[in-house]
Amino acid sequence: MIDKRVRGLAEAVAGIRDGATILCAGFGGAGLPDALCEAVVEQGARDLTVVANNAGTGRGGLAALLGAGRVRRIICSFPRSSGSVVFEELYAAGRIELELVPQGIISERMRCAAAGLGGFYSPVSVGTRLAEGKEHREIDGRMYVLEKPLKGDVALLSADCADRWGNLTYRKSARNFNPTMAMAADLSIAQVRHIVELGELDPEMIVTPGIFVDRVVNVPA
Amino acid sequence: MPLKRRQIAWRAAQDLADGAYVNLGIGLPTMVSDFIPADREIVLHSENGVLGVGPAPGDNEVDWDLINAGKQPITLVTGGSYVHHTDSFLMIRGGHLDLALLGAFEVSERGDLANWTTDDPAFPPGVGGAMDLAVGAKEIRVLVEHTTKAGAPRIRRNCQYPLTAAAVVRRIYTDLAVIDVTPDGLFVREIVEDIDLPALQAKTEAALRPAPNLRPLRAPPV
Repeated sequence: MIDKRVRGLAEAVAGIRDGATILCAGFGGAGLPDALCEAVVEQGARDLTVVANNAGTGRGGLAALLGAGRVRRIICSFPRSSGSVVFEELYAAGRIELELVPQGIISERMRCAAAGLGGFYSPVSVGTRLAEGKEHREIDGRMYVLEKPLKGDVALLSADCADRWGNLTYRKSARNFNPTMAMAADLSIAQVRHIVELGELDPEMIVTPGIFVDRVVNVPA
Repeated sequence: MPLKRRQIAWRAAQDLADGAYVNLGIGLPTMVSDFIPADREIVLHSENGVLGVGPAPGDNEVDWDLINAGKQPITLVTGGSYVHHTDSFLMIRGGHLDLALLGAFEVSERGDLANWTTDDPAFPPGVGGAMDLAVGAKEIRVLVEHTTKAGAPRIRRNCQYPLTAAAVVRRIYTDLAVIDVTPDGLFVREIVEDIDLPALQAKTEAALRPAPNLRPLRAPPV
């Protein structure tokens, strides 16, 4: 029998190792795995690399993980936003490394890892500082740079509904990075607002099939 | 009178073609959604996976699962849909969007765009989706105030700030003018009524020439 439901947040994040690369979903305030991030603070893993679109806001969620000094490096497209105070303090103090990656390249690099591919050539960033040091290649008259796959040890996800197989549905723009990150990590953990019986989710509505999900924990809204 | 920011957005909205799929960048371009001409169906794309962005919600209708690239609450139009991030950027990079309206720090006379970092050490840089949009949409137009608050020109021979993409901008809407970027240089299509071309040139580093049908730039109070 397949049952990916776990009893609580501590069990959900158990076993995350020091030095792990964590894919952390969400965009702005939507689809953020805040409870899982805070559970990782309790769990204790350190020296982490975090991949996320934004670098946390306020003091909770990803900002709590940053604020606890657990993150050595963040791979991010847009770290500074309204309320990103914890990141800004760490950055100003030189206590966090920032690797800035264009937003669509972060997600495509993760998709590439999920699909078992060795990289892709992209026109994004050609002629800019972010292309420096990358292999350039002209294909059919257009210049591209080589982008390598980006794989996570762990993905922290937020979804609307899950069943015990780990099938996930999302609400509106809270979908964002969740489906790609779910596919791109060895251990994918989802906090979900609702857990439903197997068979209740319309197969046409399932965005992330359970094959990509390892643990599901109920965190009501 | 220079246009106000909302009037720049109004002016850019007048040029949107019926049926176009359009991405609005954060800041000034986001205001364009308030001025879509009523006789046209325009599908607005938001990089975080929304196709068919609708007007801002009423106070009782805010749903924080439904936001735009600027992280503000939005609504979805009838016929709209949601996709995940990778597909959203496939739309962007793969040439599926007809137009992206973007903000800028600077634009060069060749259409180089600089809008992601000023290299100010006090502010960590943020690129977001700007580089994907700048090379991916079929056409790029920029909305920008003609000069900085200190009066420095934002339309330059060469950008002083690091580039987002080279030679991508085709049209610039400012508070003073509408300017086309062509292989032959910058052509002023419209100019506000109380300044003339020499006065506009004085606020612009790159060389300007009048388009053959140079017209006054007017916008209603909005």
